[in-house]
Amino acid sequence: MPNPALLDTVRHVETPEGITLKLRVAGPMARALAWGMDSLIRYGALWGLSMGLVLLGWAGLGVWLITLFLLEWFYPVVFEIYADGATPGKKALGLQVVLANGAPVDWPAALIRNLLRAVDFLPAFYGFGVVALLVSRDFQRLGDLAAGTLVIYRDPPAKPLALPPGPALPPPLPLSAAEQQELIAFAERGSVLNPERQEELAALLADCTSGLRGVAAVERLRAHARWLVGERT
Amino acid sequence: MKQRPFEQRHAADWRAFAATLDRLERRKPDRNAAASLPMAEFPAAYRRLCQQLSIARARRYSGPLLDRLNQLALRAHQQLYRAPRQHGRAALDFLLVDFPRRVRADARLFWLCAALLYLPLLGMGVAVHQSPELIYSLLSPESVIEIEENYAPGQEAVDRAAADDLAMFGYYIHNNIGIGFRTFAGGILLGVGAAFMLLFNGVFIGAISGYLTARGHIETFYTFVAGHGAFELTGIVLAGVAGLKLGWAVVAPGRRRRTDALRRAAAEGVRLMIGVAALLVLAAFIEAFWSSNRAVPAATKYAVGGAGWLSMIVYLGWAGRRAP
Repeated sequence: MPNPALLDTVRHVETPEGITLKLRVAGPMARALAWGMDSLIRYGALWGLSMGLVLLGWAGLGVWLITLFLLEWFYPVVFEIYADGATPGKKALGLQVVLANGAPVDWPAALIRNLLRAVDFLPAFYGFGVVALLVSRDFQRLGDLAAGTLVIYRDPPAKPLALPPGPALPPPLPLSAAEQQELIAFAERGSVLNPERQEELAALLADCTSGLRGVAAVERLRAHARWLVGERT
Repeated sequence: MKQRPFEQRHAADWRAFAATLDRLERRKPDRNAAASLPMAEFPAAYRRLCQQLSIARARRYSGPLLDRLNQLALRAHQQLYRAPRQHGRAALDFLLVDFPRRVRADARLFWLCAALLYLPLLGMGVAVHQSPELIYSLLSPESVIEIEENYAPGQEAVDRAAADDLAMFGYYIHNNIGIGFRTFAGGILLGVGAAFMLLFNGVFIGAISGYLTARGHIETFYTFVAGHGAFELTGIVLAGVAGLKLGWAVVAPGRRRRTDALRRAAAEGVRLMIGVAALLVLAAFIEAFWSSNRAVPAATKYAVGGAGWLSMIVYLGWAGRRAP
């Protein structure tokens, strides 16, 4: 069996309180989409501004160029500092920029990662950035490596999974700790597995289901899981 | 203790803690949210949560509960370990003390970068002055004509309007500071990008200066560049310093891992870049609103230019030598 730690994208950070926090780093696709949305917002705003500034003639051009400069270099910096590490595009995709220790990004780090964007963008469309992202362990582009930042998913994957309510029954035979966890995980994931697959899995545990089949076997396993997490009816 | 009684025992605590986090993050609270804790109790509540997370992990409670506690702990960690906000006073201290000190600390890199900019500038300037046709190896005939027209004598009559000055200010901000930032960023490519930008700018500035001198547009050209030269050229040199620091950290990280050396160099380099941006904004302002003003007599322009260089040397050489 492959080591799951080599496959998943969770980074563990130890805090001064002696616990480890899990940060789920985001891959190139989500980040590219966030960048696309931010580009639309930025260039949409510049286009709208140019409509108004054209009335001002040359002075308008000056204001427009300064706005272009600020949006090109500082749009991500300002949002990362003042909007919980997320530009509007990142926010829409549930992403957040944090320091490698999980703390919020500070001014130097936000400046470094966004100034170095100029190199990540080379030779075209984030060529260097994507290569660095795929080579580094935590999906970091060059700017992230220099700044010591990560782009992580802000919230847990979906709504929390829960055991559906129902009767609780003790399992008919002693189960090891690992077996108990497997059983609870199976019952909690009921909402994301289709019924046929659940019945198929339940059929593998004939020892626990006392000869029951189909839906009844699944229900019996859930009852055992409720017992194992401590419910009593 | 089984998982369910554990959840029931702490459920109220976790709801109150989540409500506190919502308040700290200035999120809109849910309608059925619990009352938040007093701020003085936040650190203690956070430590209790850390302990509960550890217990839950050690007892191998199920994934959804661990995810929920991990998320609460992460949000609290981000609130507790937030960097303190900087104030206006710190910005002034930075410019008057910290920035010139940092420049002096990197004096060797500074002279290297100055050589990378000024040697090609001088060399190309002399070469093009001797044989002006050399400029066509760099620029197209159309651009040469355009540059020459810009500095042709006898334009006092068609003085630029204020609106044009603002447009040029925008152009210098966008273009020149952009060049400074790209010089820094290019440094991460083993220093090659930063060195290239310095050489490239040196060659071009030298070629154009040599050409215009050879064509005799001396007063129009040098009165224009005198005012902002000190700040713009020094700004570009310092952007090169910041960039080469990145490159050097990657090439020769010393006793650190490459990423650690890079991170350290970037933290120092970005502070130089804040000063560079300030210098280039000043240069753009002078270039747009003072250098272009042809009503000012040439002697005044040269005097202001000289004062600029002198103040630059005094500032970078001596500012912040004594503790404020």
